[in-house]
Amino acid sequence: MTPAIELKDVSKIYRRYSGRKFATLKSALLQRSILRDLSPTETFPALQHVSFTVAPGRTFGVVGPNGSGKSTALKLVAGITKPTSGSVTVNGRVSALIELGAGFHPEISGRENVFINGIMLGLTRREIARRFDEIVGFAELEEFIDAPVKTYSSGMYMRLGFAVAINVDPDVLLVDEVLAVGDEGFTHKCLDKFAEFRRHGKTILLVTHSLGLVERFCDEALWLDSGRVRAHGDPRRVIDAYLAAVEKGEEALLASTTAKALAAVSAPAEGGGESRAESPKVPQPAAPAAAESHAVDERPSRPELQDMFRAVEGRWGSREIEITEVTLLDRAGQPSFVFHSGDAMSVRLKVSAHAPAHDFVFGVSLFNVDGVCCYGTNTFIEEMDPQRLAGDVEVTMAIESLDLVEGTYKLDVAVHTCEGYPYDYHRLLYTFRVKSRTPDVGIYRPHHRWVFSGDVAFKDKR
Amino acid sequence: MFRNLSRLVRYRGLIHSLVARELKARYRGSVLGFLWSFINPLLLLSIYSFIFTTIMPNREPGLQPYALFMLCGILPWTWFAASLTEASGSLIAGGNLIKKVLFPAEVLPLVSVLANMVHFFLALPIVALMLIVYQHWPDAAGLLWLPLVVLVQLVFTSGIALGLAALTVHFRDIRDILANMLMLWFFSTPIIYAWYQKEVLPYRWLFNLNPFTHLAVSYQEILFFYGPYDHWRWLLALGVASIGIFLAGYWLFDRLRDSFAEVV
Repeated sequence: MTPAIELKDVSKIYRRYSGRKFATLKSALLQRSILRDLSPTETFPALQHVSFTVAPGRTFGVVGPNGSGKSTALKLVAGITKPTSGSVTVNGRVSALIELGAGFHPEISGRENVFINGIMLGLTRREIARRFDEIVGFAELEEFIDAPVKTYSSGMYMRLGFAVAINVDPDVLLVDEVLAVGDEGFTHKCLDKFAEFRRHGKTILLVTHSLGLVERFCDEALWLDSGRVRAHGDPRRVIDAYLAAVEKGEEALLASTTAKALAAVSAPAEGGGESRAESPKVPQPAAPAAAESHAVDERPSRPELQDMFRAVEGRWGSREIEITEVTLLDRAGQPSFVFHSGDAMSVRLKVSAHAPAHDFVFGVSLFNVDGVCCYGTNTFIEEMDPQRLAGDVEVTMAIESLDLVEGTYKLDVAVHTCEGYPYDYHRLLYTFRVKSRTPDVGIYRPHHRWVFSGDVAFKDKR
Repeated sequence: MFRNLSRLVRYRGLIHSLVARELKARYRGSVLGFLWSFINPLLLLSIYSFIFTTIMPNREPGLQPYALFMLCGILPWTWFAASLTEASGSLIAGGNLIKKVLFPAEVLPLVSVLANMVHFFLALPIVALMLIVYQHWPDAAGLLWLPLVVLVQLVFTSGIALGLAALTVHFRDIRDILANMLMLWFFSTPIIYAWYQKEVLPYRWLFNLNPFTHLAVSYQEILFFYGPYDHWRWLLALGVASIGIFLAGYWLFDRLRDSFAEVV
């Protein structure tokens, strides 16, 4: 079977003409450098040795971060640009939903624009006349079709553009992120239209950032990164690999955030011993909410309590007992910065007591980006009576299920006396991210399920 | 190149509707609409007539009525000049099409030329009207040459338009240079004076090098002067040259075609 789309070892190198100093014909003529000036000074590889084939009737998704060459690949398939090397073969009539209504002329009516746009996309006048009502109906523009296009809202404009392009009746449909615009209703309509296309055995090439769409819709997926194919095959597997890489990138970012925060507080600490002279004594354990109930024996708590809620990074304490390392561990015990909601997470402190101690409390609290304390606790609140701490030890707080909604969180860790005298207090120095497939809101996700009685039914999600 | 060129025939439907759109859109929203196609040349004509019949009159004996004589040259010149001006900016103006849609870019400059040709045709009734008013009858057999002159001008203009459009994408200042060049070109073409005037004679060879001279003279001989059309050898030579110019312009356009989507 001949493939609908075939890319063989395709590279596209964009030339950058911006390097040209005097971009005028006159100077080019004077210096006899027309040909030299028309040749590129700088190049940028948008695609490198990309090969893939799409069999007829398949829906093929292309994913990847911004600037990975997705749109370039689409333009190559559409024939708008030519590959620098390699070959692109497309069998059948192509319609590209790249820029909807790109050819509309604002001054003339929607009706005339439909005809001209249709002709541009390769239809004959008669074919358009036959489909005209369908096009207008799909765009829901019956009332306005004779008004000049410049009076249209951007939504009307786009709907009309989509309606024309989709009614070209292509064998191969190229879709570039057009669903990102438009309201819910119209997006649904478009998706229905795509589904209809699939049923008719048409080929769809879809470029999108919506991974859910690829997962639901596509038979195959391709992951592009910096112009190269990173993965190709089953959409689910490609997306998982892609997400894993995205997480890795995030991990690196979070790791560097944490390292930066640590570096910022430890630099002055080496000289002065205390990085925050204005709060040498924070009488609070790392659990402000719980501490409030203990506020009876802690007189000067108020201003410091205020301080607790201010999201200022820092580190202070006498360092008689020192927290030398803080690591977040995932279920497998691997250091990590990205967790999924509901995953296990352990906070591991490496603690070093310079002299044996008998009065100590370990505390941990979690804050979200708004500075809200999501949870805080310490060993004192949990009624663990300190007895002995000597030498280098490890303290781990194991959270079995991290029931937080998606977001970025920061961590306080501390070791202090039962009275609140800080040995070593790390304020908001550690950052981690919680990811979730459910876009639920709030802070906390209680374990839950839905129960229905009576005649309640939901459609199966594919 | 020749394969692309042959594709151009397939685009005739597209060209046709784009020209129609261009004409409709131009006067959409203006009160007088298509009347402007008449009014514009008439205004221009009245200015020139006033200057050259009243203020600094051209009394050359064969050139009366002078207004009619001038009109024969100004109308084709307007077609030519407006075509080039519009064509040179056409690819930049249609950048959306070139970048986002699979679109034969050469259609855009050709549409500029053809839309202005329609304006030229719409202004021809003015000439007819004036011929009647002045009772000035041209040679009937000569009129048969008119379509050929128009065709030569069409091919000639299209060739230059294609080349200019392609180059303007890379050198935007062509549009400014062009405005000045056209001004110079206008005055060095026998439109407001006759090419047989004794002041022109010493530079005759220079005038012969100007292709538009032969077009202007052809129009004048056919529409204005009495007697049979006898500039046809020049016209045919220009016709052959125009085909060369068209091919050269198209070749240049085709060479640069792939850069349009990236540079526009």
